[in-house]
Amino acid sequence: MRQISYAAAGMEAFIEEMERDPTTFHLSTDAPPPLVERFGTSRVRGTPIAEGALTGMAIGAAGSGFRPIIDWRMVTFSFVAMDQVVNQASKIHYMFGGQTKFPILYRCTVGGGLRMAAQHSQSPYSMFMNLAGLKMILPSTPYDTKGLLKTAIRDNNPVISFESTRLLTMMGEVPEEEYTIPFGVADIKREGKDVTIVALAWLVHEALAAAETLEAEGISVEVVDPRTLVPMDTETIRASVRKTGRLVVADEAGPTCGASAEIATLVTEDSATFKCLKASVRRVCALQVPIPYSPTLEDVVFPNREKIAAAVRVVMTEA
Amino acid sequence: MEISSEKQRDMLRLMQTIRRFEERASTDYVAGDIYGTVHCYIGEEAVAVGVCSALNRDDQIISTHRGHGHCIAKGADLNRMMAELYGRETGYCKGKGGSMHIADFDIGMLGANGIVAGGISIITGAGLAAQIEGKGRVAVSFFGDGASCAGPFHESLNIAAAWKLPMVYVCENNLWAVNTAASTTLAVQDVAARAAGYGIPGIVVDGNDIFAVHAATTEAVTRARAGDGPTLIECKTYRHRRHTERPSQPDVRPQAEIDAWMKKDPIDRLVDHLQAQQGQLSVEEWQAMDAEILQQVEDSVSFAKASAFPSPDRVTDDVFAA
Repeated sequence: MRQISYAAAGMEAFIEEMERDPTTFHLSTDAPPPLVERFGTSRVRGTPIAEGALTGMAIGAAGSGFRPIIDWRMVTFSFVAMDQVVNQASKIHYMFGGQTKFPILYRCTVGGGLRMAAQHSQSPYSMFMNLAGLKMILPSTPYDTKGLLKTAIRDNNPVISFESTRLLTMMGEVPEEEYTIPFGVADIKREGKDVTIVALAWLVHEALAAAETLEAEGISVEVVDPRTLVPMDTETIRASVRKTGRLVVADEAGPTCGASAEIATLVTEDSATFKCLKASVRRVCALQVPIPYSPTLEDVVFPNREKIAAAVRVVMTEA
Repeated sequence: MEISSEKQRDMLRLMQTIRRFEERASTDYVAGDIYGTVHCYIGEEAVAVGVCSALNRDDQIISTHRGHGHCIAKGADLNRMMAELYGRETGYCKGKGGSMHIADFDIGMLGANGIVAGGISIITGAGLAAQIEGKGRVAVSFFGDGASCAGPFHESLNIAAAWKLPMVYVCENNLWAVNTAASTTLAVQDVAARAAGYGIPGIVVDGNDIFAVHAATTEAVTRARAGDGPTLIECKTYRHRRHTERPSQPDVRPQAEIDAWMKKDPIDRLVDHLQAQQGQLSVEEWQAMDAEILQQVEDSVSFAKASAFPSPDRVTDDVFAA
């Protein structure tokens, strides 16, 4: 099968969906040339640097029968649009009694590792998960990126796509044929029997690398990628933990009120799953600090394959 | 442009409907039948009706926290409005929104909004949709003097002007942001002056003169439909009542200022205008019109009271669309 990058897979999703649906249009502070060439400057607009206005405009256009795609670029820039995300987009369908739909895709990159310092290295998806009314995807492969973005554009709700900066150049198999990936369906990236690692985005790959190392030590690791944070495939995660009896959660974000905390709770608050636990649940997250610039500092902040493997060894040795 | 006497009477009817609806909403709020809070538009009716009477049904508007007037002026159903205030399942939002979140997308009313300036970019997106669609629709943003100091106003006007979106921005300058005088927060005397920064027309009108509002809007709408871009219209007006109907709501406005504006009541002015012209509106006709309106408001309360509260098991409905 052909291989394309994570970034190229996203662009393919946009091209296919914009061809398929003339009510889609794309706003971002830089218009992507491949989209401008195909769809023209009416549907693909380079905008003023006014993310607050763009985020709100998407809501009005969606309520008028369109399917806007707004590229915030980095999640950093979504924060200047938080009124529109929190007070408007997430609530408007419910608050107005469901009288019309608001199909919107907000897109941004997340994550660190590029020596971009605190403002440009963030993974704040749990801030958005805390709201009711937004769906969100967090793909880890080119295949998942394309399939989930196509579903996101067709969804009738505001969806945020968090795309990992570290993975943009990653190559992976993406078929030529049309496909979509449903929301709320986790992907078991590796099957195993001793420990479940639920990993997000870039850490899926670090978890897979850790699993290789651990296999040599006789530890069989299952790697579960939720792929969508809202809705979360609770049942697949619980079923995996009921099988292995051990859980490690790996997330590039900090631990406090993070997606990792949510995943750990989904497992421990379910009595059938809790009874299967043979060890405490461990999280491998970023340190709870603003992300620093200097390599010697940034490198200690983020989780990686070694830290994941170490956490697995701990849960394997707990009584 | 000449407005027919029939249309003038329709305008009067809508203005008086807003007033009577809100007088009743205030009474029922204080009595405890309506929850949360109620912001009355009374005194500013000529703006909503003057603007909306210059629009087509498929043109779109967005409102503010003070939204009943815009709803009624755009053609919303009194029964469903009152039922929403009463928190009933027959309300516009099935009882999930209340006074600050009434919307009716079928008539192009994209919602009241509890965040000052929160609607301006949303309706600008409706204007973008109208431009891409190319069917000649226009979109109108209502907001106050306070919102004109907020970021969304400036971001939206810049985009609308740069892209020549079919927009009309209507500032209802009632001189006060809750209890802070606009004269102490605006860097310019007129909000309309801010249009110059975006290279678009900025017009000041007497917001209590419905004909002036209507004429300015008609010109702005014509310009928007022709593809010549947005207009900022500042309507100088005044709310007769406190910021909200909460009995403990303070009101620091000088009594002399309130008294002076009460003398410029927009409904009185339209009634006087019609009555000054032979045969346009007799005293009896005006009394009959008012009685009909009062009955409609009474009917809306009956409708609301006869409607069920939403069932608790509906609480998770509509978080997401299907």
